[in-house]
Amino acid sequence: MRSMLEAYAEVAGADVIDQLHQLAEPLRGKRVVHVNSTRIGGGVAEILNKLVPALEELGIESIWEVLTGESDFYQCTKGFHNAIQGTAADIPPALLRVYEETNAENAERLRPVLAEADIVLIHDPQPAALLRHIPERRGKWIWRCHIDASRPYRPVWRYLRKFVSEYDASIFSLAAFAQPLPHNVYIIPPSIDPLTEKNMDLPEEEIAAVRERFGIDPDRPMILQVSRFDRFKDPLGVIAAYREARKFVPNLQLVLAGGGATDDPEGDVVLTEVQQAAAGDANIKVLLLPADAHRTINALQRAADIVLQKSLKEGFGLTVTEAMWKGKPVIGGNTGGIRLQLVNHETGFLVNTPEGAAMRIRYLLFHQKQRLKMGRNAREFVRENFLVTRHMREYLTLILTLIHGGEERIVLG
Amino acid sequence: MTVNQPEPIPEKGFAIKDCALTAIATGRRAQNLRELRHILQEIHPGSIYYHFWGGLLRPRYYDREYKNDFANWAATSLHHQTLAERLSVIDPNDYADIERLREELLDTIDDVLDATEQVPWAVADEQFHFMRSQIVVFSTHHLVAEPEQLKEVVPAMTISSVFYHFIDARSRTDAHVDDFRAWLGGMSPRYDDLCERLAQVDPYFESLPRLREQLSELLNDYFGGGAS
Repeated sequence: MRSMLEAYAEVAGADVIDQLHQLAEPLRGKRVVHVNSTRIGGGVAEILNKLVPALEELGIESIWEVLTGESDFYQCTKGFHNAIQGTAADIPPALLRVYEETNAENAERLRPVLAEADIVLIHDPQPAALLRHIPERRGKWIWRCHIDASRPYRPVWRYLRKFVSEYDASIFSLAAFAQPLPHNVYIIPPSIDPLTEKNMDLPEEEIAAVRERFGIDPDRPMILQVSRFDRFKDPLGVIAAYREARKFVPNLQLVLAGGGATDDPEGDVVLTEVQQAAAGDANIKVLLLPADAHRTINALQRAADIVLQKSLKEGFGLTVTEAMWKGKPVIGGNTGGIRLQLVNHETGFLVNTPEGAAMRIRYLLFHQKQRLKMGRNAREFVRENFLVTRHMREYLTLILTLIHGGEERIVLG
Repeated sequence: MTVNQPEPIPEKGFAIKDCALTAIATGRRAQNLRELRHILQEIHPGSIYYHFWGGLLRPRYYDREYKNDFANWAATSLHHQTLAERLSVIDPNDYADIERLREELLDTIDDVLDATEQVPWAVADEQFHFMRSQIVVFSTHHLVAEPEQLKEVVPAMTISSVFYHFIDARSRTDAHVDDFRAWLGGMSPRYDDLCERLAQVDPYFESLPRLREQLSELLNDYFGGGAS
């Protein structure tokens, strides 16, 4: 049976995997511990599910620990999450006490593992307070913030800052997401995993079956946006762009696919607005899909001619990179991380308005050669820059720099 | 292992190395051209290096229109094409060190500020983020014994290895030359012609994959197309 790294080599290239082995060589026998708050669900668990066994395969002992806590703890950390993203809501002192006590209890449970590790990677705010309970730690501790912290709610950030300031380094996904801290702040953009159900190659029959299931005509052009029903994703703007483009491409179909169950009360309001806007037009499909419908989303992205992510505000929109990996040109909102993910005029287009999106939809549908070329560019751009193997390389590089003293130039071997 | 020491080149052969960069946010951000100038004047030289050279190894599209991050920001965020064009043609190879390059950048920006009634501004979420980097150099365990072997080895090098030997070398060798010339020049005058041809390859205005292609073509041409 082929190993995980061999499987990645087939997609990313053997030289990429050779590089990982070469970088990992000086780290063989070191112990890296990851701590986060869940083993299942969410982007962090998704990355760790691959990163931890990959590091093991590279000869680095890797341990993944998960915090345990009661509902008050998670209520508090949900508040942290929202506050880091800018929601102005204070967290009651009683919940903050639960946060600190839960971290203290987990520190006792995990003490032997954490104290002896060479590198400890703490993911997001939930376990951030562990560090101060392990004064005998012998390794380097890194705080990995997966959240857009560009405009945090200051009172909550001040509270969290006192914990994360004590770390040896921190990592943010984009420079724009970072906050100043009294240690090196590293930037490592997110990535996608080409081997998961979300991104793996699919047989043509499966794509055809998904088309049929949702009544999508394979002989007519189809544009797609995959996102939550959220105002910042601008689904109404997408419908407006579709209507404008349809004046010139009368057989156009639009699919808006998003998650179903949501704890966001505004999500239902936006969904209702979208359904009202789409009512009476059989060429618009509004699909509410379960959270684990990864293969269905994958098939829809592959069935589309163009993928949109017309966000008005966006961090790092993984759906942009996922669509590009499937060789689709993406029309994305000119905002946030989309500007880094999408190369304007080369792998798709950045747009500011529904009219701009409509113009680009028309252009791409009338210029098939260009559309296919942009799709090829897009896939190659992702292969070079946004696969999980690049993410692994950056983690290894960062670990090496920390272990070897953080000098500007480190020469190994 | 050595830390922060010049890399030893084995006497009998050329050791193929590779490198990886980490990107570090300095926390300094500019919203307008005057702020950019102010920060540029005092920022760590490693940050200027990063925004000229480090970009070659970052997520980016290879054939980008503007060749350094300052020019790109001037074009896409300040919408100042004159400044973008003038910054884009600055070739870092033309300057003896980062301080001379910094002076040129400041002069170029000053010229534009002097001629502009309104300071160009970027919108709120398009600030210029000053970054710097750390470089980790590691062994590939490949040793080139004879110069002729370069024509097979170079096409198979990773782009980061090309960066290390052909670009990064210029800032770490006394003669400010790439590692190939440093090795060949110390062997025999027989390779002077090859060194001269290598010197003519501009490492800045091409993408790394294209640079690798150019070097491969040059070596193939010099040593002949057949197997060595």
